[in-house]
Amino acid sequence: MTKATLKQLSQQLAAGAVSGVELATQYLDRIEALNPQLNAVITVDRAKTLAEAAAADSARAAGTAGPLAGVPILHKDIFCQQGWKTSCGSRMLDNFISPYDAHVVEQCRAAGLVTLGRANMDEFAMGSSNENSFYGPVKNPWDLNAIPGGSSGGSAAAVAARLAPVATATDTGGSIRQPASHCGVTGIKPTYGVVSRYGMVAFASSLDQGGPIAQTAEDCALMLNVMAGFDERDSTSLERDKEDYTRQLDRPLNGLRVGLPREYFAAGLDADVARIVDEAVSELKKQGAQVVEVSLPNTELSIPAYYVIAPAEASTNLSRYDGVRYGHRAAEYKDLVDMYEKTRAEGFGDEVKRRILVGSYVLSHGYYDAYYLKAQKIRRLIANDFTAAFEQCDVILGPVAPTAAFNLGQLSSDPVQMYLSDIYTLSVNLAGLPGMSVPAGFDRNGRPVGLQIIGNYFSEATMLNVAHQFQLATDWHSRAPAL
Amino acid sequence: MSLTHQDVARIAKLARISVNDEEIAAVGEKLNNIFGLIEKMQAVNTDGIEPMAHPQDVSLRLREDVVTQTNQREAFQAVAPQVEKGLFLVPKVIE
Repeated sequence: MTKATLKQLSQQLAAGAVSGVELATQYLDRIEALNPQLNAVITVDRAKTLAEAAAADSARAAGTAGPLAGVPILHKDIFCQQGWKTSCGSRMLDNFISPYDAHVVEQCRAAGLVTLGRANMDEFAMGSSNENSFYGPVKNPWDLNAIPGGSSGGSAAAVAARLAPVATATDTGGSIRQPASHCGVTGIKPTYGVVSRYGMVAFASSLDQGGPIAQTAEDCALMLNVMAGFDERDSTSLERDKEDYTRQLDRPLNGLRVGLPREYFAAGLDADVARIVDEAVSELKKQGAQVVEVSLPNTELSIPAYYVIAPAEASTNLSRYDGVRYGHRAAEYKDLVDMYEKTRAEGFGDEVKRRILVGSYVLSHGYYDAYYLKAQKIRRLIANDFTAAFEQCDVILGPVAPTAAFNLGQLSSDPVQMYLSDIYTLSVNLAGLPGMSVPAGFDRNGRPVGLQIIGNYFSEATMLNVAHQFQLATDWHSRAPAL
Repeated sequence: MSLTHQDVARIAKLARISVNDEEIAAVGEKLNNIFGLIEKMQAVNTDGIEPMAHPQDVSLRLREDVVTQTNQREAFQAVAPQVEKGLFLVPKVIE
């Protein structure tokens, strides 16, 4: 039963073929058996999970349960969850038991989803390989020598290994789409403002956005119905009418205009990834989609702009970790400043420190205009590129990353090379657009490759429609690694 | 642009992260590589372009000035490194 999709599990629970407690037990047993080789899950609490499952079963028996009640879910360790350790992959929060729930967690709880545990991640969501976690790297279930992608590597690897039918995740520069691509699962980052950031540990507030990772587009649509919604506690949460993200899934693709940005198929793209994206485009053409070439001329500038804006915002957000109110505090210090400096030197890992230092520099007196303001102007140019492109097409397709998953340790000592691998995902966050990754094939080494679908603002239902129709005609999403 | 060891020490001070003398060269080198990437921005003409701070053009919401949260001091202080009588303790700052 652990191979089933969210949709199938929901149907089996409704039919009484399985109980929430039975399902939770099966998944917990699978995590216990397989997680030691993957390190995708960093906290489990069998008693808490089974109590949630029993409550979901009671709600079903009483007829008060929603359709997803009793379905297990794994939460990325970035979402605060009352009574659970919420470490964000950092030593700084290794002792932090959250006293409250994130909005996303509240929504999942209200839907009756059962918490299986907490997913590993790059520290404070900073990384593209999951090698920056205080709890050690996550292994890619398709190849234990490969990275799973990051920062939501634990979420993606767990869904790929069928340790959970669905996981929450976040995406600041590609952290849902890139690990989903590298692990052969489906993930969507909604339009900025659709999912509340309340209780989601902040990295770069103008870019961070939560979303689901699951096996299928249909499951992602069902999960987005749970996760999305206005929340007044997040000042950038958008007041919009509740949407049913499944409403367009069955629509034929006849007449859909698909844009291919020429900059996404230029030098630097691996030949296998290019072929896989081409084949996916051909499949959609077969279903009646029309292909148009579009241009996103400022794509390359997304890397410098992002690596100014994200560290700048991170340096201010992470100033809260001062050893006073929660989290790590150094054992010995001579005065207040010494306590801050030692606490932060001990609590943060190397990549987090680097980004805080870059951010502190670009925001420091005399440099603001040359860096942060300049990057914000380039951000506007990038958003304008997309606005122009969406006058000619309904969705944009392309690769998620230049290559399939690279090897563990391959880029970990070279941050700049790692940053360059984010080329196709960063601009989507800078513009605030929705983006998703859909399994589309395997490279010469048997590592999964995803197709990226980028939509206009609030066009998640259209993107999910494209992905669902693609998945009705292909079986990449239903392949699972041998473990 | 190239950051000197003094620059790195100054930034680390601003960020309240202690970086010792052994680490400073390696940290500086990585930061310089990152700034090498960032500097590519400077070649772009952005005259007259409005900076973009937020993806949606929305203004901040206002709310009624009313109490919406109950006091949860004990729950919040349960995760604090050092508290006494409901106060967060820090090293002495006033002599």
